[in-house]
Formats: sequence, structure tokens, C-alpha cells
Amino acid sequence: MIANTVLPPSLIIFIAAGLLFFIPQRWRLVPIVLAPVISLALIWMTPLGDNLKLAYLNYELLPLSVSATSRVFATIFSLMLLFGGIYAYRQASLLELMAAFVYAGSAVGVTCSGDLFSLFVYWELMAIGSTLVIWAAGTEKAYQASMRYLCIHLMGGVILMIGIVAHVFQTGSTQFGAIALDGFASYAILAGFLINAGAPPFSSWIADAYPEASPSGSVFLSAFTTKTAVYTLMIAFAGNDLLIYVGLFMVFYGIIYALLENDMRRILAYSIVNQVGFMVTAIGIGSTLALNGATAHAFAHIIYKALLLMSAGAVLMQTGERRCSHLGGLFQTMPQTAINGIIGALAISSFPFTSGFVTKSLETSAAAYEGLTWVWFLLLAASAGVFLHAGIKFPWFVFFQKDSGKRPDEASGNMRFAMWVFSFLCLAIGLFPSAFYTILPYPVKYEPYTADHLITQFQLLFFAGFAFFALLPLMKRTLTISLDFDWVYRVFAFKLSKAFFHLYWSVDTAMRQAFLKRFYLAKDYLVAHEPSGIISRSRPSSTMVIWVTVLLSVYLIFHFL
Amino acid sequence: MSESDDKKLHWLYRPENRKKLWSLQIVLLVLAVLPEFFVHHHAHFPEQDISIDASFGFFAWYGFGTCALMVVGAKLLGFLLKRGDDYYDR
Repeated sequence: MIANTVLPPSLIIFIAAGLLFFIPQRWRLVPIVLAPVISLALIWMTPLGDNLKLAYLNYELLPLSVSATSRVFATIFSLMLLFGGIYAYRQASLLELMAAFVYAGSAVGVTCSGDLFSLFVYWELMAIGSTLVIWAAGTEKAYQASMRYLCIHLMGGVILMIGIVAHVFQTGSTQFGAIALDGFASYAILAGFLINAGAPPFSSWIADAYPEASPSGSVFLSAFTTKTAVYTLMIAFAGNDLLIYVGLFMVFYGIIYALLENDMRRILAYSIVNQVGFMVTAIGIGSTLALNGATAHAFAHIIYKALLLMSAGAVLMQTGERRCSHLGGLFQTMPQTAINGIIGALAISSFPFTSGFVTKSLETSAAAYEGLTWVWFLLLAASAGVFLHAGIKFPWFVFFQKDSGKRPDEASGNMRFAMWVFSFLCLAIGLFPSAFYTILPYPVKYEPYTADHLITQFQLLFFAGFAFFALLPLMKRTLTISLDFDWVYRVFAFKLSKAFFHLYWSVDTAMRQAFLKRFYLAKDYLVAHEPSGIISRSRPSSTMVIWVTVLLSVYLIFHFL
Repeated sequence: MSESDDKKLHWLYRPENRKKLWSLQIVLLVLAVLPEFFVHHHAHFPEQDISIDASFGFFAWYGFGTCALMVVGAKLLGFLLKRGDDYYDR
């Protein structure tokens, strides 16, 4: 049954999740560090291919199938869990830590799933784990957001399940590999994946739910759901033109909404959609360079997005404030958090010498190599836009702009440690790209550090920055949110159903009353006319004789009078 | 803000330094464009006869122009989409 005796890395992480419950708080760091480290070792020790085959009904389950792509994703998921765990362990609740481990373990599980059934089970576990992470924030708003989040993901799960069942029924194979986009089953699977990627129309769940989690909760959330979706899209649907359009929409959706947003963590949440848009576009392009780009970008993105959310989380932790309009000037008393936030912001903007510069450029170059002119020009504009909405906007409004007068203390040691490590990784990948390129699924023949690339990137970014400061008056922070597609089901559908039921009940009442009226009329009529009713009752002839006797007697009496 | 904070206002926030910060930015922009005189860019799409991306200062004006468009576009969409931050709690 077992070909190569190796443990699934997700199992180790699940065991650690359970252990956390029994271990006293001061020992919690042990499983938090050990489980991801063991998982990392297992990922690289497990040979490529299907390592575990289990029989299930008439099908074969492959819960430990490792490919070059899945290795990269499982690696970054484990790294994320390790440093996210260190960032979280002192202030996060036990529920949050356990949920985060289940969440991360199932994300690793998805990347190691060789069949659609295992994938689906991990997929749903991920939805439950992430919902509990949001829930663990313990506020009413977080609870409501988590329920909306769960509804979307359960719906996505059902659509995915329908697709999987139809696919298995049609092809007879449960294998998870490239799926041709030709018919109902494949579109349902694609829709299930895309919902988790934050594709339109369901992009709003990211900015709705993630910012309501605890400071560390949103760090975990930023990493796993959308990037497992990127992984599954890459395996199943690479090279489909449709994904180019979807990805480009996400890229600009993220920028526009982040520009409108006032909540610092929602800015970063919208920017997740933007970044995943780049990856989805690259998957749509589908060349090996593009897929390398999407993989590398996902890896780098998880690090710098987590770093940005760690820095935002530290600010939230120390000030209790998320609104840009109420923040500013924090660099004075939180310099380390500010520096780390800025490094993350530079990395997400693909600033030269950071991880974004050497990873995202693979994707844009792929568009150029494939001759996709307009895709390239749009991605270039979007790259400038990233600097605008995340690269400058986030650090500027949180740490600089006007002085809010807030003088919070620096974040706690474990939080700062995690941030410094991720900053280090952002710079290390940026400075030594060739070492990083070796773990990518396909061989890389790409040199990011050419004079041309450096000069053009500096020009693009500096002038994007100039646009930001020149147009700053247009971006004055307001205490607002922006309507999104979720308005349709949160307000419109609600009001519509309320109006419908109002009408329904009033018609129902009128009909019942009309019916009852007729019913009583009929009843009265029947009471009067039924065989035993007052009118139609048959009377015995003796009564008649008595009455005739009475009448005759009365006559007789009158006669004698 | 207390009075003692006012006195030791960080130099970034002192009004007399605003001009210096703007000049610094202008210097950076000029420095970024300067290499244009020495470096010849390769066009990304020679087969489609598109060479605009190799023209002088393309990345500079394209970066500024598209960003300005996105800011203005977001501003306009904002009129349509923005609601008070208690919109869903009402």
C-alpha cells in the first residue's frame, strides 16, 4: 500500500495543532517551531511522484504526490506557518493558533494531493480552519464577517464538489492534473478554484473578512487560501486565455479599491487580489517562464504580504487603530515596525534589490516573449499602480503623513523577530535571485539585473511615486468604505427578500382571511341546511299530530267563546 | 499633542523642510531620467512594429501617466461607490 515510507507533512502539522491544546502556554513555541521545520524536511525528503496510494471505494487516493511546483508551495506554506506562528504565539488565543495550524496543514495537504478527492477534503478543511482563525478575534464584527466568509467558501466548495463529481463521472479518473476547459465539469472546477483566488465577482470576501481577524490572524489568512488557489489553477488550467482576462481584472480591481480605502488592513487585503491577479494572468499566459513567474511571485508575495500585515498588525496591536485617517507619524516611536513595513512595501512594488523585482519581472517578461502586447502594457501600468496603492500609500499614511500625536511603544520581541526574518528573506531573494531560481519548477534562463531593467524600473517607480505626492490632495482620507459586489447579497438581496416576504405575507393574510370568511359562511349555511340542521331537520309525525291537536283545540276554544 | 512634543517636532514635519523634501524628490526624478541619454532601450515587441517602449523616457511618463489615470479613475468611481464606514451596520 505504501510505496515509499514517508509521512505526509500535513499530518505532522495536524498533530502539532492537536498538541497545542494539551501543552502549557510557555511550551507552545516548541510545536510551533518543530512542526513546520519537520514538515519542511519531509517536503524535501519525499521523492517526486505518487508516494502514497490508498484505496477508497473503487478509486485510488493519492494524498502524498509531490511535484516540483507543489514543493515550492508547500515550502513557503511551512515557512509562513513557522514565522507566522512565532509572530503570533504570545498574543494569539489558543483557538487561533490551533485553527492556523489546521489551516496551514490543509494548505500543505492541497499541494500534496494527487487526486481530486484528497484535494477536496483538504480544501474544505482549509475553509473551516480559516473561518475559525477569523472567529478567534472574538469580536461581534469578526463573527459576522467569518459567517459571510464561510458562506462564500462553502458555496465555492459545493461548486467544486459538483465539478469534481461530474469530472470523475465523465473521465473515470480522479487524478488531479491538467484539465481541459471543455464543458460543465471543468468550468465548475475552475469556478471553485477562482472563488478561492478572489476572482470576480467574488473578490470582496478578502477585504471583508481578513481585516476583521486578530493582528496575527490576518497574517495567516493572507498566505494560504488565495495561494493554494493559484497552485491549483496552475496545475489544472495553465495556458487558458480566460485566466488572462480574469487576472487583469483582479489586478486593477485591487489597485482601485485599495486607493479608495481608508482601513490600512483592507488596503493590504485589496492588494492581495491585485497580486494574485498578476499570478492568475501569468497562469493564463502559461509558458514555462510565466509559470515559473507565478510560482516565484507567489513565494515572494507570501513573504512580503505577511511582512506588511505583520507591520500593520503591530500598529493595530499597539494603537488599537486601523483607520489611516487616525494614524500617522508612528515612525517616531515604532521605527523597527516602520522599517519592516517599508521593506515589505518596497518588495511588493518590485523595487530593485527586493524579492518582488526578481519574481514579478518573470511574469511581465513572459507576456513580452509571448507577444501579448496589450497584456504587457497593462501589467506595466499595474506594476506602477502597485507602488501607488501599497508601496507608498500604506507606509505613508500609517507611519508618516500628518503626525497623529500617537506615541505607541514598539511591538513585542517575537513580533519584531518575525518581521526582521521576513525582511531579510525579501532582501535575500532580491539580492541572490539565481539561488532562489533553482527551486522553481522549470529551469530559469533569466537575468533580472540588466542595466535596462534597472533603469526602466527606477523610472517607472519614481514617477509613480511622483504621481502619488503630486496628486495627494485627491487621496485625502475619508471615513468611508467602498461598495462591492457583496452589496448585492448583503443589502440588495436582503432588501429584495424582505420586500418579497412583506408582499408574500400580506397576500397570504388576505387570502387566508377571504378563505376563512367563506368557510364560516359555508359553515353557517351548512349548519342551517344540513339534514340535522334547524331548517331541514326531519320531524317525527307525532309532533305534527300534537300540533294539529293543539290547533284544533284552540279552534274549539275560540268556537265556544 | 502636548507642548513638549510641539517643541521637538520631528524634522520631517517642520514646515521649513517641506521644500527640501520636494527638491529631493525632483533630484531623484532627474537622476532616474538621466541614463536615458546614455542607454538605448530594446523594444519588447519588434515583430509587431511597436517601439514606443524604447523611446526616450517612456517608462517615466508611462508610470506617471497611468498612475495619474488610476488615481483620477478611483476618485471618480469613489463618488459612485463610497459610503460611510458604518454603512453595513445601519
